[in-house]
Amino acid sequence: MTTEPNFLDQSLDTEIHQSLPLTRTLFSRGMTVLAFALTGGALLPLFAILFEILRQGLPPLMKLQEMRLLGLPISIPEVLVSLPAPEGVQDRANGFANAIVGTLMMVGIACLISVPFGVMTGIFLSEFGKRNAIANAIRFITVILSSVPSIVVGVFAYAVIVLTKLTIPIPLLNATFQTGGFSAWAGGFALSVIMLPIVALSTEEALKLVPTSHRLASAALGGGRFPTICRIVLASALPGITTGVLLAVARAAGETAPLIFTALSSQFWPQGLFSPTPSLSVLIYGYASSPFKTQNQLAWTASLVLIGLVLLSSILSRLVTRSSLKIR
Amino acid sequence: MQPSSQDSRVNPDSTVSDRIAPAAIEEVLTPAMCVKDLDFYYGSQKALEGISLDIFNKQITAIIGPSGCGKSTFIKALNRIGELEGKVRVEGRVEFFGQDIYGDRVNPNRLRRHIGMVFQKPNPFARSIYDNVAYGVRLTGRHSKAELDEIVESALKSAALWDEVKAKLNQSAYGLSGGQQQRLCIARALAVKPKVLLMDEPCSALDPIATMKIEELLQTLRQELTIVIVTHNMQQASRVSDYTAFFSTDESRIGQLVEFGLTPKMFTSASQPRTRDYVEGRFG
Repeated sequence: MTTEPNFLDQSLDTEIHQSLPLTRTLFSRGMTVLAFALTGGALLPLFAILFEILRQGLPPLMKLQEMRLLGLPISIPEVLVSLPAPEGVQDRANGFANAIVGTLMMVGIACLISVPFGVMTGIFLSEFGKRNAIANAIRFITVILSSVPSIVVGVFAYAVIVLTKLTIPIPLLNATFQTGGFSAWAGGFALSVIMLPIVALSTEEALKLVPTSHRLASAALGGGRFPTICRIVLASALPGITTGVLLAVARAAGETAPLIFTALSSQFWPQGLFSPTPSLSVLIYGYASSPFKTQNQLAWTASLVLIGLVLLSSILSRLVTRSSLKIR
Repeated sequence: MQPSSQDSRVNPDSTVSDRIAPAAIEEVLTPAMCVKDLDFYYGSQKALEGISLDIFNKQITAIIGPSGCGKSTFIKALNRIGELEGKVRVEGRVEFFGQDIYGDRVNPNRLRRHIGMVFQKPNPFARSIYDNVAYGVRLTGRHSKAELDEIVESALKSAALWDEVKAKLNQSAYGLSGGQQQRLCIARALAVKPKVLLMDEPCSALDPIATMKIEELLQTLRQELTIVIVTHNMQQASRVSDYTAFFSTDESRIGQLVEFGLTPKMFTSASQPRTRDYVEGRFG
């Protein structure tokens, strides 16, 4: 090793080129190996699940069906556009298109309920309730709500929506709206109860990350609380809020227990908001425990589609929030 | 408490005739803001005690003093922004062209439109340069695109930033350098046409060249605006300001106004020994 004697005298030079004591070197190496090994161990189940789902679920997706969409001929996997075929019928297209539609419907309803309420709760907790007893109580309750087992949420929705028989008149349409029974909106309601605390708490966290200096700058320009929160704080926190909503969506889309109690399932296309509605998660549950091989295999495919849907919604909403931020 | 403040009002042109255009002398005598016996509390902790001083219209008033003497607290009391950061209590009177700003019927949001503020660290919003400047204007009501364009352009020109950003008005404000961001914040404050501009150590996060640009900018803004600038930098205070207020604390950690007067006098022949010690760098 060449040295520059002008800069370093001999003792300092040997000092800085000396390696650490053997024990410390070994310990350092050992900890590095351990950290990598444990990280690998933690990721192993994730990749194992993804691999197995792809291996088992992909083959049925390869069976294509010719369709016309808006006059254009396209090929699309049969399972994505067909209804479940009765077991034992050979020459009919088999799939779970109705469950995809049902899941989208119910997660959509759950978002419509939980996003406004959750975001508003988050705004209240972050912007209005810094050291406020009411806000502390609400935060505590929200945390408890987020840890309520989903089956309990299902039973709750079953009790308050499925079992009640209320006739609510719709004023302008001269019609009535009957609550009760298994329905898509009961399922959506149950899912919204699961999503609500996740949306509320992640909104609060996202809003807290917006620097106070931005709020002060807005106030110094004469911006009251409303414009400050709407135009500055929410705009800056949008990516964080989106992430929270997506986490909630991912959680809700996979929930089975609340839907068994509220939406039930069906073999047909969803018949609107007020009848039993199929969903991917309940279908996976039913098919996975079924004695029939074809249904077992479709359960894998449905799992793959469910993961794909969550991934797709995540990518899409990230693209949307990112591009909207750029325009601003 | 501040005899020199009285002096300056009686005979302002004896020492500053070269600093202030003769036509402005009439205006020198009108205070834009009058602070009378101001006590300021954070919760139960007293932060300022017995502050009385006048901020003269279209003049630059510098506020100097050691750390923790309540300079920032004082200017945050002038546009009532301090009350957003916690529970505060104010005793005494702060008048803005004769109106008590802590009066019951005052709308703080409308007040802050007239008393703009620039903060210590540049704090542009996470938006385009154009939207940053237009934000305050949009709060005041609907404006046509042409009107907004004009206001944004003139505000950016007043802040000496137009030539640097005119080609990228729709790009994010975070793409600008620190000095440019601070001038953007000044443009944003100027866009709502305030009568008073409060600046809380606007150059402390900037390099010397950016600082020089902001100081040049202050010299052009002084024709239109009353400026109050808090600064740690005594050379800066002596370079840019007409009046200087020196704040300090005693053992009780309560900020007090030690002396207020014309800047040249404060830096050469201050009447209080504490002021002399501070400006000569012997303490603080």
